[in-house]
Amino acid sequence: MRQVAVLGIGQTKVDEHWDKALKELVLEAAFAALQEAGIDRPDTLYVGNMLSPIVSGQNHLGTLAADWLGLRGIEAAKVEAACGSGAAAFRAGLMAVASGEADSALVIGAEKMSDRAGHDVTAALATAADADYEVDQGVSFVGLNALVMRRYMHEYGWKHVDFAPFSINAHANALHNPFARLHEAITLEKFEKSSMVATPINLLDASPTGDGAAAMILVPAERVYSLPGRRKIIVAGSASATDRLAIHSRSDPLWLTAAYASAQKAYQMAGISPAEVDVFELHDAFSIMTALSLEACGFAERGQGPRLGLEGATAIGGKIPVCTRGGLKARGHPVGATGMYQLVEVVQQLRGECGKTQVEGARIGLAQNIGGSGATILTHVLQAV
Amino acid sequence: MEISRHWRLKQQRYALVGEVCPHCDVKIFPPRDVCPVCGGEAKTTFAFSGKGEVFSYTTIYEAPTGYDQTVPYTIALVKLDEGPMITAQLTDLGEQPVEIGMPVEMVTRKLRNDGDERGVIVYGYKFRPAWKMPSQA
Ligand SMILES: [Zn+2]
Repeated sequence: MRQVAVLGIGQTKVDEHWDKALKELVLEAAFAALQEAGIDRPDTLYVGNMLSPIVSGQNHLGTLAADWLGLRGIEAAKVEAACGSGAAAFRAGLMAVASGEADSALVIGAEKMSDRAGHDVTAALATAADADYEVDQGVSFVGLNALVMRRYMHEYGWKHVDFAPFSINAHANALHNPFARLHEAITLEKFEKSSMVATPINLLDASPTGDGAAAMILVPAERVYSLPGRRKIIVAGSASATDRLAIHSRSDPLWLTAAYASAQKAYQMAGISPAEVDVFELHDAFSIMTALSLEACGFAERGQGPRLGLEGATAIGGKIPVCTRGGLKARGHPVGATGMYQLVEVVQQLRGECGKTQVEGARIGLAQNIGGSGATILTHVLQAV
Repeated sequence: MEISRHWRLKQQRYALVGEVCPHCDVKIFPPRDVCPVCGGEAKTTFAFSGKGEVFSYTTIYEAPTGYDQTVPYTIALVKLDEGPMITAQLTDLGEQPVEIGMPVEMVTRKLRNDGDERGVIVYGYKFRPAWKMPSQA
């Protein structure tokens, strides 16, 4: 396998884009990435997406994107792994270039959610869970995470307010990201008074959905070394792992087995330890997931994730800054696009393009994308060289 | 309308029929024909007692389509006495606050109306608070 580098990135703002269809979001992000890379025609194309058949009545997204991008003829496919679709598409493109099968790959994460009413989107998101044994009981995706959070608080003695620093940090960082959905700082008081979605998860524990697309061009690393200009970013580690689909079937519902497995493999591939990670874009769909990801990836002891937030370790300037562009919580969570947003944001950090939320001297960045309630987890290590 | 899907699940939905592993005696729900512990083939049916306790719970205020008429409602992870965990609604709670560790037992209730007035009414298991016998205390 050969080393792969990032040649260009592109993203749309995460928002309720009433004026744009899924296709137009794909085109906006993809053209931006192609333009930055200075490439007209990639060899292959992968689109990560979860909900297009349900929300837009549109499947076959890979070919749709190739057609409308003016790339008729190239290989193209959609990749689906629930909310992990974005990173799964990235990994498909990475494998294509690393193997030598393709000399350039366009990878896109795209999601359109605002074309359906809230309860329909809630039902659509629940399709990531077990239809027969979870969804038919009336549990929402938020509800599944709430079951985990309640038990976690019970076993480790944390109070709801102990999770507040994660959300406050995400909102503070999003203020400086023009592509973020929410530009509104929040306080501890506001966090505690927010309306309940599924106890103990309230609106400010949960990430907002949205419409958006993010894209990247991947090429063999040898091709970027000779280029003038900005810092070169290589993909140093990549791994994907799975766990039982339903939470009730897991022997330990409070431990993200697939996060641990994929992180360990990605660290090993990159030859790094968690202590060397400068910035971590994690999958904070709910505040409880931030705690569980930090623990599974080796940044906190089991049951001690919230401590990192309370100590300020997860803020810019802390030991392990997370959600530096707003995270899912404030950048927004256009589900199948999220994994690609995370990777694009890590690239921005490693290039030093993040302005007021720049992590000084960041060389190694981690991105972790989760599908379902922890059933598919992809971990990537990017490195500035 | 997914009539055949719901029909296929009738044994599990109405009678909590799962499986028992003939190799290591682990009880399995939902049935999956492969033992989650030893990996051996496990097709022997096993009817669960329907008794268990609350492992975790949540009250849903924003429900998916089909369930939005009954909000708020409470869902639990119930640890069955025989071992496996199951996701199910709690019912007949009255004024009783739900607590982790609370004993519960299975009952059959309506889960949802599937679609319009011509749609299927889906029935299945829910769990209600169970009285602990003094001898078990
Ligand atoms: Zn067995």
